[in-house]
Amino acid sequence: MIIDIKDLHKSFGTNEVLTSIDLSVDDGEVVCVIGPSGSGKSTLLRCMNRLEEATSGEVVVDGHRLTDPKVKIDTMRAEIGMVFQQFNLFPHKTVIENIMLAPQMVRRLGAEKARERGRALLRKVGLSDKELEYPSRLSGGQQQRVAIARALAMEPKIMLFDEPTSALDPELVGEVLAVMKDLALEGMTMVVVTHEMGFAREVGDRLIFMDEGRIVEEGIPGDVFDHPQETRTQAFLDKIL
Amino acid sequence: MRTLLNFNWVGVLDFLPQLGVGMLFTLLISVVGLLIGFVLGAIFGLARLSRFTLINWIATAYIEVVRGTPLLVQAIWLFFALPLIIQYTLPSVLAGIIVIGVNSGAYIAEIVRGAVQSIDKGQMEAGRSLGMNHHITMLKVIWPQAFKRMIPPLGNQFIISIKDTSLLSVILVPELLFQARTIASNHFNAVEIYTAVAICYLAITLTLSGVLRLTEKRLELQA
Repeated sequence: MIIDIKDLHKSFGTNEVLTSIDLSVDDGEVVCVIGPSGSGKSTLLRCMNRLEEATSGEVVVDGHRLTDPKVKIDTMRAEIGMVFQQFNLFPHKTVIENIMLAPQMVRRLGAEKARERGRALLRKVGLSDKELEYPSRLSGGQQQRVAIARALAMEPKIMLFDEPTSALDPELVGEVLAVMKDLALEGMTMVVVTHEMGFAREVGDRLIFMDEGRIVEEGIPGDVFDHPQETRTQAFLDKIL
Repeated sequence: MRTLLNFNWVGVLDFLPQLGVGMLFTLLISVVGLLIGFVLGAIFGLARLSRFTLINWIATAYIEVVRGTPLLVQAIWLFFALPLIIQYTLPSVLAGIIVIGVNSGAYIAEIVRGAVQSIDKGQMEAGRSLGMNHHITMLKVIWPQAFKRMIPPLGNQFIISIKDTSLLSVILVPELLFQARTIASNHFNAVEIYTAVAICYLAITLTLSGVLRLTEKRLELQA
């Protein structure tokens, strides 16, 4: 068990967006989180690397309590890659510099080592020829693949994906999902907040449906898609499928 | 009525050495003052963004006090009032540099704060999620992007501060306007001299504008 969340609550002011969440993720597992917008799925994901602070409850990652104020949060985050909906590449740095920065700053890797690692990752995501481009010159799909490479450069144990294809033109979604699928096949532990039901069904080991800040239903993706147990899950799936 | 041609324009040339000295002081105070102003601005601008209330409060107080009083009053206070308290009169050039530095620092602090705040918060989140701490992310990710956005308003502030050095003539700083006043009162050639002075300021500010435009263009090409 690499992520273990117990009775997690999160409020913004008086608005409770996560209510008593219990969730654990096993090493190597791919968990997809679906649900209507505002259901708290992104907030849940962001609690897993403490970009959002839990209001109460416990988040344990790789044996360390993230909810403990004394935890070395930067060290923890170095082990937890995150990919954002809006890519958030560093626009003033080239593609390779985007990837090299954190390994150099955090892992104290030398420039040449970092560059080698960056090149290997660019090959992996199919962007070897874009090494020296600035992000603004890339398509959304390419930017997101660079963002994945950037996160992987820290050699994380877990990858969190926050709607990684939601900001992409439809024809660019496939290339990003393909990279994510490869990653899943290599055994990466992944938590993926997504609207891509095909991906969730095909690649996910487990599917979680959230609504109004609660986990409503979870199970093997095929089962949940084909035989949802809860009426709210049913209603949501009817709307989108 | 005298026409413009009746003035002794060529006579201005005799005073070029003296105006040159004035120009040197104007440049000295501008450059050193603005360097200090930039450092103060960066420190207090970032302090304004601090989550520590005391630091935040100190920065706010500095900015409000400086922005809320005229530069002329600040200069006169420092040069004529402060000595009565500390029993020591600062050399006028030093006082001038301090006034320009402290004054521009307050405005630059607001420029810095605005530029840093204008950077999408996803940039900080991306840096932090990679395991970089707040300071490294600030230095390597936020600041370079913010700096680019600071250049136009910084240029504006630099030009304002350069012109403001003329106010320092009242605390006897031997800068351009001070020299011109001395010359004009001795030789009764106010029109010629003050015109020459205006041209000198324009030469400095136009040069600065050009440099800024080039810098902006170069940074633009980078991304």
